[in-house]
Amino acid sequence: MSRMVVNATVNGEPVEFLVGGGQSLLDALRDELRLTGSKEGCGTGDCGACSVIVDGRLVCACLMLAPEAEGTRIETIEGLADNGHLHPLQHQFLEQAALQCGFCTPGLLMASKALLDRNPDPTETEVRYWLAGNMCRCTGYDKVVRAVMDAAADLRQAEKPR
Amino acid sequence: MSDGNQGGVNLKVVGQRPIRPDGVDKVTGRAQFGADFHLPGMLVGRIKRSPHAHARIVSIDTSAAEKLPGVKAIVTSADFDAGAAGEVEAGESHAAMKEVAANCLARGKVLYQGHAVAAVAATQPEIAAEALDLIEVTYEVLPHVIDVEAAMAADAPVLHDDMFTKGVTPKPGKASNVAAKHLMGRGDVAAAFKSADVIVEGRYETAAVHQGYVEPHACVASWGADGQSTIWCSSQGQFLVRAMVAKILNMPLSDIKVTPAEIGGGFGGKTTVYLEPVALALSRKCGRPVKIVMSREEVFLASGPTSGAVMDVRLAATKAGKITGAEMTLRYQAGAFQGSPVNLGMMTAFACYDVEALALTGYDVVSNRPKVAAYRAPGAPMAAFAVESAIDDLAMKLDMDPIDLRLLNAVRDGAKTVYGATVRYSALVETLEAIKASPHYQTPVGKGQARGVAAGRSSSSSAQIVRTMSRLVCSLLPPML
Repeated sequence: MSRMVVNATVNGEPVEFLVGGGQSLLDALRDELRLTGSKEGCGTGDCGACSVIVDGRLVCACLMLAPEAEGTRIETIEGLADNGHLHPLQHQFLEQAALQCGFCTPGLLMASKALLDRNPDPTETEVRYWLAGNMCRCTGYDKVVRAVMDAAADLRQAEKPR
Repeated sequence: MSDGNQGGVNLKVVGQRPIRPDGVDKVTGRAQFGADFHLPGMLVGRIKRSPHAHARIVSIDTSAAEKLPGVKAIVTSADFDAGAAGEVEAGESHAAMKEVAANCLARGKVLYQGHAVAAVAATQPEIAAEALDLIEVTYEVLPHVIDVEAAMAADAPVLHDDMFTKGVTPKPGKASNVAAKHLMGRGDVAAAFKSADVIVEGRYETAAVHQGYVEPHACVASWGADGQSTIWCSSQGQFLVRAMVAKILNMPLSDIKVTPAEIGGGFGGKTTVYLEPVALALSRKCGRPVKIVMSREEVFLASGPTSGAVMDVRLAATKAGKITGAEMTLRYQAGAFQGSPVNLGMMTAFACYDVEALALTGYDVVSNRPKVAAYRAPGAPMAAFAVESAIDDLAMKLDMDPIDLRLLNAVRDGAKTVYGATVRYSALVETLEAIKASPHYQTPVGKGQARGVAAGRSSSSSAQIVRTMSRLVCSLLPPML
């Protein structure tokens, strides 16, 4: 079984890892890099639990082949907090209790980050449509949507020139 | 949000909104779920599953798979304790260990598509997958049945040669897919129907529905050379996992330690074992830790949904709307092994109503489907759906407000349930009156909209405790597109 070397940037750090040709990016993150924060709920791109950001684009890591990660910049849940300081999205998810079992939470957070990266002031409808690919079975979506809206407001506040 | 000031009293706990203690781990990706554990030397376990809904296993040839480099262990039901017997308390029901074992790895026959027949542990997932292909299972395919009524028919393919319907006297001479017949009742039902002003009847069917937890079943099992073993798994009950694995593998309870991982949802469906005894049997064979994670497809094929049901309801009532008698037949899918929650459905059925004469008949029916598992008030929603639909039919026939009809028949404190318990706290009348007075019920129904009301009381017996709850749902449906 020949394996190939992949060089990529994961959460700001250069990494080099070996992957099989048929291996998904999700398996590479979880099994090779031991970044198990990204979850597999379905393996078919339906549940969104494996959402990560690759070169600024939101992807289901279970649908991307690991060799395709060569030369890319990957953001996962493990890199969302900044040196131990929680991201506003993480703060608001905690504050609004927008999680229960927590299995879908990393995917929801990364999908939300991808949204706020491109649209710092989304409407509630935009948030709901953007997160339509992330399934939650416990909490429901109301608290998640409120948390994302409030995190967006927090981020805009922080960006304001003083 | 709140300062805990409740009616002038400063409370430290009530009214506070603490951050959940597991919150930070869950928003940072640090929380360890079933599939997130990694141990040195850990192997990947995979399960070979039946392509047939019903077949006799003629032979399992693992020789080619064993020779594949990287394959460290292969197990079949021959690696389980053939004498595994007895029952284990499993959440809201009891589980017969012989059947739990045969569900984890088929013995003699496969009983549904996706039924596990063998398992391998290998150094790499690709090798494990290749090994599964190399395991040769010879089947004698048998006719199958998945419909609950077809499974009850006299000429239906029989799943278990040794299953004779319980609750029937004299004991039947012929094996059947009806595992048990349950009866509950009181009063003179025939007289109630004879003197009734109005009779409504209907047939109600529900489908098997999966709990749909987002996290598939997952576990890591590690057997030590001294026999002491550890299992990390996604489970709703680590002690039942320990008890079941000990029985299935014939190990002392004290040799097994089970650590529940963070659980990515269970909803009742993780109150049994599927992978844990298999992973530990593999680990025992090769002395290395083994991780098994189900795919989503495996979850749907081989872990338990709730029972689909076919139910008939008949109600006898006076012109004024007093229900004087009721008959109900409930046929619940158990899946491949006995143990549907039909008796809990029977307890739920008329729990909301004070009906003098009742006759309920329940059938626990096996068919070529995955074994059902608990699911949020096991057995209750389908029975409540059937009875509430019949009550609505009665309201329409009598041209009565559906809440008024329910109020007239509502069970009150002190009433006896059909299963013998006394209703201590019904709250149904208060709930119905509150809904009746609420804007949810009084808002005019727009064009293309519909409004529905349903009541339900779920009872579950666990040891000597009988818990009951009254619930009422009032929904306004949007116009259909």
